[in-house]
Amino acid sequence: MDFVQWFVAPLQYEFMVKAILVSALVGFVCSALSCYMILKGWALMGDAVSHAVLPGVVIAYLLNIPLAIGAFVFGVGSVIAIGFVKAKTRIKEDTVIGLVFTGFFAFGLVLVSKVVSTVDLGHILFGNVLGISDADIIQTVVISLITLVTLAVLRKDLILFCFDPTHARSIGLNITFLYYVLLSLLSLTAVAGLQTVGIILVVAMLVTPGATAYLLSDRFDHMMLIAMASGVFSSVFGTYISYYIDGSTGGCIVVLQTLLFVAAMIFAPKHGLLVRAKKQEKFLD
Amino acid sequence: MYDTSIDLENVTVAYHGKVALHSATLQLKAGTVCGLVGMNGAGKSTLFKALMGFVKPDTGRILINGLPIRQVQKSNWVAYVPQSEEVDWNFPVSVYDVVMMGRYGYMNLLRIPRSPDKVAVRESLERVEMWQLRDRQIGELSGGQKKRTFFARALAQQGTVLLLDEPFAGVDIKTEKMMIDLLIALRQVGHTVLISTHDLASVTTFCDQVVLINRSILAYGDTSEVFTEENLSRTFGGSVGDLSFSKSRLTQTQLNPGSEE
Repeated sequence: MDFVQWFVAPLQYEFMVKAILVSALVGFVCSALSCYMILKGWALMGDAVSHAVLPGVVIAYLLNIPLAIGAFVFGVGSVIAIGFVKAKTRIKEDTVIGLVFTGFFAFGLVLVSKVVSTVDLGHILFGNVLGISDADIIQTVVISLITLVTLAVLRKDLILFCFDPTHARSIGLNITFLYYVLLSLLSLTAVAGLQTVGIILVVAMLVTPGATAYLLSDRFDHMMLIAMASGVFSSVFGTYISYYIDGSTGGCIVVLQTLLFVAAMIFAPKHGLLVRAKKQEKFLD
Repeated sequence: MYDTSIDLENVTVAYHGKVALHSATLQLKAGTVCGLVGMNGAGKSTLFKALMGFVKPDTGRILINGLPIRQVQKSNWVAYVPQSEEVDWNFPVSVYDVVMMGRYGYMNLLRIPRSPDKVAVRESLERVEMWQLRDRQIGELSGGQKKRTFFARALAQQGTVLLLDEPFAGVDIKTEKMMIDLLIALRQVGHTVLISTHDLASVTTFCDQVVLINRSILAYGDTSEVFTEENLSRTFGGSVGDLSFSKSRLTQTQLNPGSEE
């Protein structure tokens, strides 16, 4: 099969066109946000929030309101719960995070399995981009627009918030507001990512592209571009590969992202293992 | 220009019921370079936080140039130079980006720099001799260059009150001398500089005022009057001998007060 054919053949199916476009959009948006997650050190937080949104998604489904609203409430709620338990007990933060998000997630699982029989649990856990409905596409587009516009408008404030919150506060920026903005975007994109790779792997979309880009760049703007490029590339090719091997789409996307990360880790021109080893050699000489 | 730049009256700050700063009263005139001397945990950083508006005093009031802290923040009057350990040096920003952050308070929502911002950044970088290195990622700098970058950011902010936290830790002689010259230049144009430090020797060389702190403000005023062995032993709980600086050196510097003039 030649290369062009490989690309074009799946496009005769409408579901594949939709899947590729939605995956690309989600990859794009999650990658943009992933840069902030990496720099703020919020990978664990991303994991927690993306799991904790599950009950919110189910309840929103029951109430027939946009899933994003339920996710938003439970995503932010989980972080408030984490903060509360941390402040009121002697338990350390990582323990609290692990405890709270699994609690939320388990509650969501019970809800899905016992209350909502029309939703396939597998689709929520592992994504179902090949069978995505038009309503879900609209929701993903709306979430993406909100996220991208917010990131564009508050770009510099958010960078400063990640880099030096003390200075941000001293010049009168409202860092509590910025904290909740970032947290809200995290909850929203978790819903978007849920459609493509599923709730279990969402955190990869929110961490891996940023981590890859971080190894390849020393400027925020470059980091953002590289992250988005690697995110979109993984989403599109992951969807294609899953079509040809008839395997999990979310799995393929995240495996590709991880391979890109490993390549960056080894070959990055400045921060890669090879260059570091060479430098070490020179130093020893 | 106000006569009294920093004005604290009876300020008490407590965290979770633990008093970090008790009934602190302090007046600093505009146009001074003041050393803030005390042990770790004596309340130096609490005082800085209060001046930047991060903690609300439980009692008392703080005025800067005659205004309460809320208004001060909007005016960008207080600039802060952090300790090197507080900074993430791997963060993907350049020297120029960092100094431009000093201008955000003057910009619109999108933080798009206009020409006065660019001029201020360039001038600040030139004053600390970092303009040539403006495109470097901040992790690629030496200790002194790092410190000068954040100093330039404070200059670009064009505040009238400058707070420095252990500014001479881990910097080279060139940087230290450059910073001291700049601090003295700032004093001459009426700015107030407050330096938190352990380095007692540096206090006597260029600080005209000194504040001694140990849970409360023990003494403040002209360096020559306040920097006495008795006051210092109260500040450090009677263990001046434990410090990196010996008694004989203290006596020597005391013999030549105001040697920077």
